[in-house]
Amino acid sequence: MHVALFVTCLVDFFRPTIGFAAVKLLEAAGCTVEVPRAQTCCGQPAYNSGDRADAKAIALRVLDTFEGYDHVVAPSGSCAGMLRVHYPELFAEDPVVLPRAQRLATRSWELISFLVDVCGMRKVSARWDRAVTYHDACSGLRELGVKDQPRRLLASVGGLTLAELAGAETCCGFGGTFCVKYPDISDKMVGDKQADIVATDAEAVLAGDLGCLLNIAGKLRRHGRQIEVRHVVEVLAGMTEHAPPIGAPR
Amino acid sequence: MSEARQDILLGIRRSLKRGRLDMVREAELREQIASHRRNLVPARAAALGDRGRVDLFVAMAEEVQATVTRVSSPVAVLEEVARYLVAENLPAEIVLAPDPSLDDLPWDERPLLRIRRGRAEAGDAVSLTPCFATIAETGTLMLISGAATPTTLNFLPDTHIVLVHADQVVAAYEDGWDRLRSAGAMPRVVNFITGPSRTGDIEQRIELGAHGPRRLHIILINDRRIAGDGEDK
Amino acid sequence: MRATSHTFEANARTGLANPILQRALALMQSGFPERRRFAVERLPEFEALRDVGKSIKDHTLEYLDFYLELFEENVVAGDGRVHWARTADEARAAVLQICRSVDAKIVTKGKSMIAEEIGLNEYLEQNGITPVETDLGEYIIQLRHEPPSHLIAPAIHLMKEQVADTFRAEHRALEPGRSLVEARQLCDEARAVLRPQFLAADVGITGANFLVAETGSSIIVTNEGNGDLTQTLPPVHIVMASLEKLVPTLEDAATLLRLLARSATGQEFSTYTTVSTGPRRPDDLDGPEQYHVVLLDNGRSALLGGEFQDMLRCIRCSACMNHCPVYAAVGGHAYGWVYSGPMGAVLTPSLIGVAEAGHLPNASTFCGQCESVCPVKIPLPKLMRHWRGRQFTGKLNPPVYRAGLCLWAWLARRPTLYHALVELASRTLGWLAGDRGRFRTLPLAAGWTAVRDLPAPEGRSFHSLWVERQKAGSRQ
Repeated sequence: MHVALFVTCLVDFFRPTIGFAAVKLLEAAGCTVEVPRAQTCCGQPAYNSGDRADAKAIALRVLDTFEGYDHVVAPSGSCAGMLRVHYPELFAEDPVVLPRAQRLATRSWELISFLVDVCGMRKVSARWDRAVTYHDACSGLRELGVKDQPRRLLASVGGLTLAELAGAETCCGFGGTFCVKYPDISDKMVGDKQADIVATDAEAVLAGDLGCLLNIAGKLRRHGRQIEVRHVVEVLAGMTEHAPPIGAPR
Repeated sequence: MSEARQDILLGIRRSLKRGRLDMVREAELREQIASHRRNLVPARAAALGDRGRVDLFVAMAEEVQATVTRVSSPVAVLEEVARYLVAENLPAEIVLAPDPSLDDLPWDERPLLRIRRGRAEAGDAVSLTPCFATIAETGTLMLISGAATPTTLNFLPDTHIVLVHADQVVAAYEDGWDRLRSAGAMPRVVNFITGPSRTGDIEQRIELGAHGPRRLHIILINDRRIAGDGEDK
Repeated sequence: MRATSHTFEANARTGLANPILQRALALMQSGFPERRRFAVERLPEFEALRDVGKSIKDHTLEYLDFYLELFEENVVAGDGRVHWARTADEARAAVLQICRSVDAKIVTKGKSMIAEEIGLNEYLEQNGITPVETDLGEYIIQLRHEPPSHLIAPAIHLMKEQVADTFRAEHRALEPGRSLVEARQLCDEARAVLRPQFLAADVGITGANFLVAETGSSIIVTNEGNGDLTQTLPPVHIVMASLEKLVPTLEDAATLLRLLARSATGQEFSTYTTVSTGPRRPDDLDGPEQYHVVLLDNGRSALLGGEFQDMLRCIRCSACMNHCPVYAAVGGHAYGWVYSGPMGAVLTPSLIGVAEAGHLPNASTFCGQCESVCPVKIPLPKLMRHWRGRQFTGKLNPPVYRAGLCLWAWLARRPTLYHALVELASRTLGWLAGDRGRFRTLPLAAGWTAVRDLPAPEGRSFHSLWVERQKAGSRQ
């Protein structure tokens, strides 16, 4: 299968390791992976700010850039959700672009659900001796139904035990610009998430969205917690030696 | 306020980008209403036979802190009323709905039970009413207002005792509506009652007896047409 | 009710800093969602019923004028009266006129958000009439002169000690040394204090969860029975309802009632679901002699046919706010008006304007919990996004924010420049962070770093590393 990686702006800027882990797993699943150079952002910041004009302009670029691949895969539920759920909504009134948006939508996937639901991946060969817990990022969970797939693959990681997080499905308080527009409320939400994580006695917390992970890691680090924060794909691809945990010293 | 009426209707039509509905469409909608078409009805009670339905009703009613006693004869009803009042430490004084089904009970065999017929007044402690139907789906009593069934009996007294016949137990609310429509015009009020009065307004803790009755006691008479056990108490 | 939505940020901070409120909200978070989940799991048809409920409401809205006229026809045929009110003023005036016509002194009230919306209590008091709230939560906040903080549990922000304090302060005729430690005692006291009011009332005012066009009926749903005592005992019953409460038939009402209690409190059915159709019949021994329905528009008809129409499906269950992490953090009063939580975030700007209520649809992460539990599938995040769109095109956002978005969008369409800048920024910040892996503070990022560290980037962008890898790969 000919797959294009939608890197996402956060992965590109903050944590390329996630992108490389994604490529590694996709290739292990038998895909040829390309990374179209012309990609930048999915347009979600503009879209969620009510700036439909800019969101559409960016989306058109994405439609052009990702034409012609069997699948477009993003290591992020929120970006994949943008392509899969919101692009058709964005162009609902545009009879010319809508079919293109719908075609892209049906070919766009969050990474883990792509590996499991489309590639049929059942296990990974990685090993990571940790007690972990898992946060279900909102967009992946509610827009794309990503819930069992990461857990299934994590169950096959040698040496890894998973303790379910109380309130795993509760928002961590990132929400894009929300976390800087309403920092007090965001802090309360991520504080609750931190308390839930600590209560599991896990050594590490994983999730499928870098926005959540930056938020959670930032909070844990601020409070001097040593719990490791990583994107789930880093663990599944056996690349935990590649980079220190998010926010942790080198 | 007819100017307001016109304005509001015009505003609605303007928003919906149309004028008044044409006669054909209006007739279609009226017909749809008159057909009393049911929407999706949960299978929970509908799939049961008569006895199962009654059992479900009892189970659901008890779940919401109504108490239920099954009897098999009118004499047993009064015995149960007397027993209940003693057990709950209540005075032997009841206000009854002036309904023929209650009048027919052998009251003269119980001279120590002081009864009054009529609506409830402040200070009434116990009421006894019939009901129109019960909904097995959620253990709900369906009571209707009328000359023989004043509504205050359902709300003013602290204890409300309801006489239910097994053949009054229907599966779903829709069955209740069907029965009501067959019985005649809409009453002033239909009370669907599911358990005694309660509130959770203080720290989410459920307390019974907020403003309505603190106790709801159901005496279920096994109708001869339905096979099943009913015990004389 | 006077709005303080424009000070949402300050309101939120107050809520966050209030330890009693935080305890109360924690109780809510561990209560309602769990009970709803249990009730939903018990009813296999629940998901299917959501779709049916949605279509009943959508259909009714599409023909709202017809159903309103049919409703009125049936109310009038049953010796009731309908009063149409375009605005809060007209609704208040209608109620006052009815009260004056019977020389009313005391009015008991079942819970009505419409009455809150139009500020009815204050208006009645100004006109020499005493309104007495009878829903326990509403009664408590009436004594405290507070607005409701939740759609169905108006006093949810209080702990029982505060209720006890209020009762001691306000129920002055009662024995001062009495014990008010248990919720049981508080309930019993409220019951005893309010009973004479029920009996003395000249007029009873209730809201309506549904209005049934088929029969001209109004439906109220309570657990306490206060709504029934309110409407049965006085000689006059006034129902206050907004236009979108209409449903076509009794069967449609049954469907929506199945969704309502389960979504609200996790009950199978509310304790008292009462269908009222007109005044007492000639042979009735009790019941009101007059039955009035005040139909309020107050902005609803304007929402029809527009991008916010879906909001009119709302059946006021409160599931959205019970599951909202923002509501659970700040409480209902932060929203500053009658309606709070996600449904308040959408409805409030449409009723009192986005200039006043603009914060509400912005204070959301779009986590989608609300939409996932809404019994009639209102796409709440999407509607909040619509409000953000209105603000954007209306240039209501801060200029710096707009400039930032504009710049980002401009860059995002210029990949070469974008990639160069990302690589530059990544290297710079990576270098600044050194081995520490994070920033405690960072210029321009104060909103973030005020409450959490900012993880440092790895120091190279993915795209630049990918290009290098491709080059290395092609050299081999």
